[in-house]
Amino acid sequence: MLRFVLKRFLTAIPTLFLIVTISFFLMRIAPGGPFAQEKPLNPVVKANLERLYQLDLPLWQQYLNYLKGLLRLDFGPSFTRPEFTVAELFSTGLPISIQLGATALALALVVGSALGVLAALRQNKPADYAVITLATAGSTIPNFVVAPVFQLVFALSLKWFPVGGWGDGAWVNKVGPILVLTLPQLAIVARLMRGSMIEAMRSHHIRTARAMGLSDWSIVVRHAMRGALMPILSYAGPAAAALLTGSIIVETVFGIPGIGRYFVDAALARDYTIVMGTVIVVAIFTILFNLIVDVLYAVVDPRVRYD
Amino acid sequence: MTLSFKSLLLCSALVLAGTQAFAAGTLNRGNTGDPESLDPHKTSTVQEANILRDLFEGLVAHDANANIMPGAAESWTVSEDGKVYTFKLRADGKWSDGTPVTADDFVFSLRRVVSPETAAEYAYMLAPIVNAEAITAGEKKPEELGVKAIDATTLEVTLNAVTPYFLEMLTHQATYAVSKANVEKFGADFTKPGNLVSNGAFTLTSFVPNDKIVLTKNPLFHDAANVSLDAINYIPTEDRSAAIKRFEAGELDMNDDFPTEQLTDMKAKFGDQVKIGPYLGTYYYVFKTDKAPWDNVELRNAVSMAIDRDYLAEEVWQNTMLPGYSFVPPGIDGFTAQAPEWAALPQIDREDKAAEVLAKLGYGPDNPLKMEIRFNTSENHNNTAVAIQEQLKPLGIEVSLLNTDASTHYAYLEQHGDMDMARAGWIADYKDPENFLALCKTGAGNNYAVYSNAEYDALLAEAAGTADQAARFRLLEQAEAIGVARDQCVVPLMFYSFHSIVSDKVKGWEPNVMDIHPTRFMSKD
Repeated sequence: MLRFVLKRFLTAIPTLFLIVTISFFLMRIAPGGPFAQEKPLNPVVKANLERLYQLDLPLWQQYLNYLKGLLRLDFGPSFTRPEFTVAELFSTGLPISIQLGATALALALVVGSALGVLAALRQNKPADYAVITLATAGSTIPNFVVAPVFQLVFALSLKWFPVGGWGDGAWVNKVGPILVLTLPQLAIVARLMRGSMIEAMRSHHIRTARAMGLSDWSIVVRHAMRGALMPILSYAGPAAAALLTGSIIVETVFGIPGIGRYFVDAALARDYTIVMGTVIVVAIFTILFNLIVDVLYAVVDPRVRYD
Repeated sequence: MTLSFKSLLLCSALVLAGTQAFAAGTLNRGNTGDPESLDPHKTSTVQEANILRDLFEGLVAHDANANIMPGAAESWTVSEDGKVYTFKLRADGKWSDGTPVTADDFVFSLRRVVSPETAAEYAYMLAPIVNAEAITAGEKKPEELGVKAIDATTLEVTLNAVTPYFLEMLTHQATYAVSKANVEKFGADFTKPGNLVSNGAFTLTSFVPNDKIVLTKNPLFHDAANVSLDAINYIPTEDRSAAIKRFEAGELDMNDDFPTEQLTDMKAKFGDQVKIGPYLGTYYYVFKTDKAPWDNVELRNAVSMAIDRDYLAEEVWQNTMLPGYSFVPPGIDGFTAQAPEWAALPQIDREDKAAEVLAKLGYGPDNPLKMEIRFNTSENHNNTAVAIQEQLKPLGIEVSLLNTDASTHYAYLEQHGDMDMARAGWIADYKDPENFLALCKTGAGNNYAVYSNAEYDALLAEAAGTADQAARFRLLEQAEAIGVARDQCVVPLMFYSFHSIVSDKVKGWEPNVMDIHPTRFMSKD
């Protein structure tokens, strides 16, 4: 197992390198630049700015400089926020996005799985229909609808929570964003769990376990759920990478200072270094969580062996 | 147990009372985005200007109505030839670290703005000063800039030519002074909270990107006695709908913008807390005038007059824009904006006239006029272009639309890429018609139309050398009559308006065409 993990870490390096290279050049193909804007700059000033950020160098040289910087863990300065380095922006924003995303993920996995199991065990009964309805609603209503509705109902009418803002991390400010992030994930987890649980309950080993007179509880938790968790795990890997790196909609609507908004804002502003930073962060999270999921497969399913 | 419970209650009551007392002196001011920088010399946007105006004070300042008033300089004199300005700094002017604001700080700062190393976006705000442009271009040294400190509180600025709007330019944040000692001590980090030293009504306390910027009252500010607020929270509000909900919940006291499509609802809900009024900016289209068929003035006018601006302003923009026919918007005292003659005709007559011209030029069902409108992606820009497409259709003009993101759009315009017509907008940097009309000058970087007319250029040049304001405005009016009203070097469509929402609790917010609202004049009940 250890060898497997090590091997995966080593193959991650060329993968990351490829991602960085492709993104670097793709982004430069897009017309415009960080200094093209509604009020155009005086050409002399623009040339000065480009010199300052070394955008006047040939592209291959900029690429080499960027790679050299990466080796020193230097992601460069942000073009649109010159007072902050990309590392500084991410070190304040990423923990916030991770905090919200991880809570949402945990809630979605725990509650979603529980609801899924419940629905499977009560198949075609009211509880099942309730879960299916919730799951359908949760996964089809987009969060740019759910978030403002949450603000209208729970903040403006009921006044239980603030409409927005981070409030220096006060828990009341986190409830809305976390719930809005959780809902669609919870819906998907519940649906997946319901499906795989129904299938598991019909399998031969469960029938055998029943024949052997095991208790219902033991059958569900120790035998059926274990197998039924596999699709959830496959789903949780990429979902974790997406959730922990923030959501532009949730963060913009609730005024949360995470990194989600950089995905779109930086790309539109051609803030090259921030775009590269987000690409690298997402790539690392994706690689890492895929690896974790692969390891967990072996833990959950004894048939999976990596050695 | 009872005792500790009671003291706990008392404590929380005290804390609560404390927060409330504090909150009354704190203005939660929504700002449409975070600043790119807090280095005044490296900023360009409106949201940056709002914050920097509170942190710093330039030689001259804006009052609550955006009129010029003395700032760090208590008075100034102008030489007979209008080229030398002598500013007398306040004797009691202090930086927030207690050191005096000196003429040396201004010399250092103005040189810093024009230096190529600073790469200041708004270096051109100092272009009227002797050698400024040559220094930015790297041809001269910063020390050769036409500014000098006569003594600790006397600053002399020498201009290339008479520049009647020079004082207006000095209200721009790019011309503010930074503390020389502070910048030299911290280098690029001088703008960080804890490091930043400023001379305005407020000082920087904290800055969390995308969360909030906290400013605290500066007790050393020369007019501190008249500053009523203790603190300001600048809160970035990129999502305008969410900002309005936060306003309704009392989390924001004011915001610079609101979703215009909600105007009717908002007026019903918030009454006169909704503020709308003329703003010094123009929403316009340009033809590529150096290319057939758009080099034909008659054709440009025909297309222009067929556009129903009332419909655009009322229906597409829900009255948050005003129909416009001149490049210079209303609101500059003493200047009469010049509109084409056909602007006085009813829309239906304009359309008939446009049809006549098109027929005369040989366009018709067999030979339709085709054009493409380029615009930057935005729902309202899109709706505007679609409306114009529909308005031109009855005349047999086939309009196709092309939208790209803002960065691509403006890069294309700046490179003068091939096109028929494109959208642009201009918000005044300072209150002067010249700031608009310079956009049609031959060779100007933002002359997207590539318009070139020797007579127009000569009028602008003559105006630039005229010290008498009234005479200068007459020359600029002539220029606008030729370049804009006759030649349509730009096709003005609408004038911007400011749209803000300001709580009844906030006093001292005054509507003005520059949409400038220094927080030092505001108070909160």
